[in-house]
Amino acid sequence: MSAIQNYLLGPGWPWVRLLLYLVGICAFVGANAAYLVLAERKGAGRIQRRPGPNESGYAGWLQPVADGIKLLAKQVMIPPGSDRLLFCLAPLMVMAPPLICLIAIPYGENLVARNINVGLLLVFSLGSINVMALMLGGWASRNKYAVISAARVVSQNVAYEIPMLLVVITLLMVTGTMNLNEIVQQQGGGFWHWNVFKVWVNPLMPVTFVIFFICMLAETNRAPFDMAEAESELVAGAFTEYGGMGFGVFFMAEYANIVVGCSVATVLFLGGWQSPIVILSGPVFGPLWFLAKMYALVLTVIWVRWTFPRTQFYGLLNLSWKILIPISLFTLLLTGAMMKLPLVLHHLF
Amino acid sequence: MIAQPEAFPTGESGRAPQETFVLNLGPQHPAAHGVLRVLMTMDGEWITKAEPVIGYIHRMHEKMGENRTWAQFLPNTSRIDYLSAMHYTHAFVGVVERAAKIEVPPRAEYVRVITSELNRISSHLVWWGALLLDLGGFTPILYAFEDREKILDLLEGLCGARLTYCYYRFGGLYNDVDDDFLNGTRKFVQEMRPRLGMYRDLVTDNIILRKRLTGIGPISAEMCRKYGATGPVIRGSGVAYDVRTIEPYSVYQQFDFKIPVYQECDSMARYLVRMDEMEQSLRIIEQALDRLPAGPFMGKVPRVLKVPPGDYCYAVEAARGRFMVRIVSEGKDTPYRIKLRTPSFSNLSLYEEASRGMILPDALAMMGSLDLVIPDIDR
Amino acid sequence: MSPSLERISERFTQLLGATAVPTGAMPPERAPSAVPATPPAGPTSAVPAPVQCLDHALKGFDLNVTVSPRQVVLAAEILDQEGFGLDTITGVDWLAQGEMEIVYDFFHPTESLHVVIRARVPRAEPELPTISSVLPGANWHERETHDFFGIRFLGHPNLAPFILPEDATFHPLRKDYQP
Repeated sequence: MSAIQNYLLGPGWPWVRLLLYLVGICAFVGANAAYLVLAERKGAGRIQRRPGPNESGYAGWLQPVADGIKLLAKQVMIPPGSDRLLFCLAPLMVMAPPLICLIAIPYGENLVARNINVGLLLVFSLGSINVMALMLGGWASRNKYAVISAARVVSQNVAYEIPMLLVVITLLMVTGTMNLNEIVQQQGGGFWHWNVFKVWVNPLMPVTFVIFFICMLAETNRAPFDMAEAESELVAGAFTEYGGMGFGVFFMAEYANIVVGCSVATVLFLGGWQSPIVILSGPVFGPLWFLAKMYALVLTVIWVRWTFPRTQFYGLLNLSWKILIPISLFTLLLTGAMMKLPLVLHHLF
Repeated sequence: MIAQPEAFPTGESGRAPQETFVLNLGPQHPAAHGVLRVLMTMDGEWITKAEPVIGYIHRMHEKMGENRTWAQFLPNTSRIDYLSAMHYTHAFVGVVERAAKIEVPPRAEYVRVITSELNRISSHLVWWGALLLDLGGFTPILYAFEDREKILDLLEGLCGARLTYCYYRFGGLYNDVDDDFLNGTRKFVQEMRPRLGMYRDLVTDNIILRKRLTGIGPISAEMCRKYGATGPVIRGSGVAYDVRTIEPYSVYQQFDFKIPVYQECDSMARYLVRMDEMEQSLRIIEQALDRLPAGPFMGKVPRVLKVPPGDYCYAVEAARGRFMVRIVSEGKDTPYRIKLRTPSFSNLSLYEEASRGMILPDALAMMGSLDLVIPDIDR
Repeated sequence: MSPSLERISERFTQLLGATAVPTGAMPPERAPSAVPATPPAGPTSAVPAPVQCLDHALKGFDLNVTVSPRQVVLAAEILDQEGFGLDTITGVDWLAQGEMEIVYDFFHPTESLHVVIRARVPRAEPELPTISSVLPGANWHERETHDFFGIRFLGHPNLAPFILPEDATFHPLRKDYQP
């Protein structure tokens, strides 16, 4: 017995730690998916001048439990003639990437599952799998509405990945590292050190943040960029044929993606676990600041959904190809120029 | 002058027919505004042919008219288009009064105008909320319904029904208005004006909505005339046709109101026509409240109503367009034939030609801008 | 009478080759159970004149034109050229007389004019040409009239059941219809 204990607490500790983190991440994502749905419904209610769910439990706190039980109890039907393997694979493919992305994200100074040196690369490469999963789900459903939705998802997500990556490259030039924990550590010392306010390196940094936020909305297929599941046109889009927990998994994955996207935005631009005022930092307050910033962004995402109508499909693509990509290319060049400016000036004078 | 959507082709795509597929916007669909089925032959996202299939809520009101007495048909009139029920009852009551030469006292006429215009506002509020719901804006419909609740409460206090009113009778009204209704209506008019301003600032001026509707679904004035489309559809195409001014009925000639007309022929023009109409309806209600004459609310009607033989018609400007009732009477106490000319039927008939070559979301936005109520089409 | 009404009734009179009855006089209606009243001054007897100008406030329409079934397309063309829009097309089943009457209503977008054109066909063979080539809106109205009465519009692109179910073979608004 003590040999096992010795091993677990000694050489085997990294594996134990990883396992604990994975369990924690799954619990975090699960709880978020459940209660973000409630937050969204109540937020939507307040924006629409009605109370939102308030029947189950006190002020509706048991509503996600009720929803979960309902979804579990429904029959999961696989439409006849559809591709069974792809149909069952799509929910898995859409749920796994957010869970993996959360491994690299630092919640506190020492609270990161794996301090990966290429954390940024990991997050963005996994983010693209979302597209493939929706496309598979739509194609495998053998339903015209789902196929149209899959086609739209692919074109929309491909279009919006480009400005997002250009913006991230701009940020990489500023930070010089892909390690997410180091990026957060560079932003210490008060909110004026946060990346979003570093205008002496890139004068358009706040614009860069806004572009990143818009691209994150589009990548997670949230309104006003929800052409994929435009309810009033395509019934439920790529999810039309999924019932019961299959639909539940897609739903959870959407909120998991939002959580990951907002976490990444917090880490990259808003200082991660750093406190905006220098005091009140440390191993206890760090995660609290992180969660506060992340949930502020999530609430903004929810707020935007219930305020604007849906953009036109080609308007959405026009926005990306004709407006966001030129702006992000321009900021990239500008940042490069601004970073090399002292050197140039030194050589000139 | 028709605005074009920017940078996206709307012509025929030139591909072979066997590469098209049929998408069934079935009777159960969140955007179908009721039980309307549209068979769309599509080439990718473009529509090559959109054929509406109607009849899913056909109740044969015209046959019911032949089996009932004149007064027994009154409740039917509310159910043809339940969103603007007052106008439809007005038309039927009007045609019988015209045929039987029944005099309606001025007080009743003014109250009919007030209730009709209130009904027009509530119908347009539903249209507005539903259009924005189609376009993905989930919030305005709840604000619109909040305003509509006030109208429904007023009318419920007046005649006991919230949706399918049966308030008018041959020769006047069911009962007189009381002070509660008059004061409540005045208060409502004062509260509604700032709300319309808020809707203009937050929704009409929203860039996303403007991009969704401007230049979408052009319908020329010539097409409107050939298909018989009336109401905001023809007024958004530059023709100032409103039954209240062209073929005046009731006491509308005594009021000072404008007919909003826009020249652009697109969905945004139809949208703006209806928003302006709500404003003008508030004006009419205010003038009618100020000038409401005292007197009886019911004229002299013979105990047994006999309509002289012959055929007669009466047209009103319902919320959706021109609604006309044509009756053929043989002098008996039941009609020989009742024909209901409903506006949504003619407005939808141009959809097949107008939506050719459009992309699916645009076609749905255009259908929303036509303001269809399917029971109105099917009767 | 407004000038346009004069011109239109003139055109119809030329089309039909009969004389018009001036406004103000109320010609007797063709009700089967009513005794025909004394006719106004005119060449015909108990049959009302084909082109009648009427008082809008009394009947709801301004001009009433009775044409033969073969002339409906020409009549629709006259009104289309004058700028009228199609209001509705409907039928009336006169069982006692063995005829069906098809009634066309037209409205004008800028003038206060409501014109009605009527045609009668025998019940045994209810056929007349379609006007959907002149006014495309007639397509749906004629299809509905066919659904309810069984009147066949020759040249119509598609007379399949429209408001009734696709497999309906009955015509409900006929007076001898038994459900």
